[in-house]
Amino acid sequence: MGPVAQVSDALWRRPRVLLLLLLLPPLLWLGIVYLGSLFALLAQSFFSIDEFSGLINYEFTLRTYGELFRAANLDIILRTLAMATSVTIAAAIVAFPIAYYAARYARGRWKALFYLGIMLPLWSSYLVKVYAWKLILAREGILNWLFETLHLDWLLAAYLSIPVLGGNSLSVSWTGTFLVFLYVWLPFMILPIQAALERIPPSLLEAAGDLGADRGQTLRYVILPLALPGIVAGSIFTFSLTLGDYIVPQIIGTSARMIGQAVYQFQGTAGNIPLAAAFAVVPIVIMGIYLTVARRMGAFNAL
Amino acid sequence: MAPAISFEGVTRQFGQVRAVDDLTLDIAEGEFFAMLGPSGSGKTTSLRLVAGFERPTKGHVRIFGQDATATPPYRRPVNTVFQDYALFPHLNVRDNVAFGLRVAGVPKPARHRAAEAALEMVKLPGYADRKPSELSGGQRQRVALARALVNQPKVLLLDEPLGALDLKLREQMQEELKTLQRSLGITFVFVTHDQGEALSMADRVAVFNEGRIQQVGTPVEVYDRPATPFVADFVGSSNVLPAALVARLTGQHHPASLRPERIRIGATGLAATVAGASFLGAATRLFVEADGARMSVLLPKGAHVPDTGATVHLDWDEGALHMMTGVQDG
Amino acid sequence: MRSDRASLGLKIAAVAGLLFLHLPILLIFVYAFTTEDTSYQWPPPGLTLQWFGVTWNRPDVWEALSLSLRVAAISTAIALVLGTLCAAAVARSRFFGRETISLLVILPIALPGVITGISLRSAFNLAEIPFSFWTIVAGHATFCVVVVYNNAVARFRRTSGSLIEASMDLGANYFQTFRLVILPNIATALLAGGMLAFALSFDEVIVTTFTSGQQQTLPIWMLEELVRPRQRPVTNVVAMVVVLVTAVPILIAYYLTRGTDTVAGQGK
Repeated sequence: MGPVAQVSDALWRRPRVLLLLLLLPPLLWLGIVYLGSLFALLAQSFFSIDEFSGLINYEFTLRTYGELFRAANLDIILRTLAMATSVTIAAAIVAFPIAYYAARYARGRWKALFYLGIMLPLWSSYLVKVYAWKLILAREGILNWLFETLHLDWLLAAYLSIPVLGGNSLSVSWTGTFLVFLYVWLPFMILPIQAALERIPPSLLEAAGDLGADRGQTLRYVILPLALPGIVAGSIFTFSLTLGDYIVPQIIGTSARMIGQAVYQFQGTAGNIPLAAAFAVVPIVIMGIYLTVARRMGAFNAL
Repeated sequence: MAPAISFEGVTRQFGQVRAVDDLTLDIAEGEFFAMLGPSGSGKTTSLRLVAGFERPTKGHVRIFGQDATATPPYRRPVNTVFQDYALFPHLNVRDNVAFGLRVAGVPKPARHRAAEAALEMVKLPGYADRKPSELSGGQRQRVALARALVNQPKVLLLDEPLGALDLKLREQMQEELKTLQRSLGITFVFVTHDQGEALSMADRVAVFNEGRIQQVGTPVEVYDRPATPFVADFVGSSNVLPAALVARLTGQHHPASLRPERIRIGATGLAATVAGASFLGAATRLFVEADGARMSVLLPKGAHVPDTGATVHLDWDEGALHMMTGVQDG
Repeated sequence: MRSDRASLGLKIAAVAGLLFLHLPILLIFVYAFTTEDTSYQWPPPGLTLQWFGVTWNRPDVWEALSLSLRVAAISTAIALVLGTLCAAAVARSRFFGRETISLLVILPIALPGVITGISLRSAFNLAEIPFSFWTIVAGHATFCVVVVYNNAVARFRRTSGSLIEASMDLGANYFQTFRLVILPNIATALLAGGMLAFALSFDEVIVTTFTSGQQQTLPIWMLEELVRPRQRPVTNVVAMVVVLVTAVPILIAYYLTRGTDTVAGQGK
């Protein structure tokens, strides 16, 4: 009997060892390297920074968390939450018709085309997508040109004069950031909704029609409730991704910061790792709550 | 000589459930042995214990006298025909059949010859280059059989192999399997929930319920002399007369089985009320109630069928009433 | 419902949504040919092929591209091993903590990249590991595991469990069973997962900004150009090439898993 066969026999006699050997490499990597780093970072949120020396004071304190509630920092958190919420709602509205059409009406070649039409933007370069919007929103770019050509520049100017939403130009406005977020995360909303809609048996819709519901009523009372887990699943992505992103608001938008930027700056230029860590806890906690609610609504079955 | 398979006090527990509960059983070499029972009765788990896919929680499985506890499936002199056939989808029929010889290190020309011969044996010559997905259910079944037999196992395990086939094909395969087993002379252990299949094919049958063996015997023994009410009911759906009624009729306080086809409607005998009848084609099944016990009576074609509500008298030959003195679980 | 036609409003909304997804990317293709080199002027004053030549002769672009390709290749290889092992363990046995393992695999992608990035960075600092090619790979492999894992787990689930039993029943030991039965049956799923992992790594920027030292992957190079534009036409050309290059593995992954599992896009 060769040595390989002997090892195989030994593994069969001890199935737990086989399981352990399978799990050991991924557990070492993810459990120790990744989780270890994550906890090391989070532990630092319980330290504080000495304001004079700029060195980390390794003593347990909740002071750093207290700093999160300073007006400027609270602003960052609320602003990010507002952005994540609006992006999520808008994404659900834009995604639904696409997902609905793809799930219910697209057949054969069209189905494949729709599928790729959603997959390709999903997987194409994030930075390139952001860059595309820099081109679109630029003062000399296509959007302004379009408004001018249609003689609608007064409309754009009026919109930009709205206090919070507008700004000097679209590329440095809240609306600009919103549009880019909507664009980059939209596919993440379409796919789960489509998956949820595809699970609705057509006979259910026929039954609704048979019972006298018109299109609108069928949509409201049958399709939407059944698609809800998909919408919630999609919202997990759009919400979480917006919460943590720091590149989009850095390239397109106002100077007001979001959580991701705050984390980035506190650990980088400011060198305040404890505060950066405390800021990092915010999206984790928010997503924890969000996921708990989503699980209750059965969203994980639609993932 | 040691039996081909022997279970010695084998228990297999999944969590709190005892799928197999203290099983002791010997299967002789060259036997066509059937394990019969409803789903969840432990028959399939028993088979998997022999193949080595499950390990006993307690007890030992011996194969030709040798304790198999530490022997992995790939070192056991047994081969299995799976319920879903488990043909390798990425290999063609020839490579599927030759798989066992390949891992045993048999050179290519020799194992291909052996595979063709095995396919010949299961009446599937000329299919060697097809993929399993291109075969019908019956053909897949034959490939699975050839794939197991080409390794010349001492024991062939069959897990509900005919379950997915339609009735006609099933009857044909039953006949073929029996012929095959006789000509090869090896032990077949056959798991099924179909009592007709077990009775018609096997030399001996073990009836399983809730992880325990209710009775082991020849088909005739199991059918005519069921040991427990479960066996009586499961094998050929016999009437089970409660102990109180039997005591009144015979003086013996035991439940008893009475086959529907052995009851006659006569002028004297046990009075019963007709509750209904259903026409079966070759016969008519009459449902009657006597002393609170529901029974069925099989009337031959042409016999008079009494009306529902009528009172009839049930009569039978001495010896038709079989006392069940065996242990009863549950 | 299935037999009748989609309403006009639905059609318009669906098509408009798809256009919204694709037009911005197509716009980049036009900009790659513009003669304008200092602003993002639309419509382009003229079209030229000269920027392709200029980009071709830029060593910094080539260096970034080569680094990105090497990082993606190594990260994908690591992710393939770790993801397959994990999927095999989770799919083939019931054990305590299965759910935890799935969560652990998904976590690096579920948490915002900025958190993963900073965690790894501060861990490297604490352990006094200098930033290098390998620190970038460490970060990428961590979040690439999930893509391979998702694809492999889906395939394991579809593959009948009795195939492995059949193989061992016929005399194949664990290693022969892996080589002759398991691997051929999960190969396309692994290939698809590997393609997606490659695309994911090739494109990643957020974690990379924290785990790279002086080295620039292609996305880091692009980020630099976005924040501090130096030669816009070169950026346009690079952006277009990146779109085309990332589309290839996605299309391959799609055709590999078509009609079997859904491509695990949600893994991203």
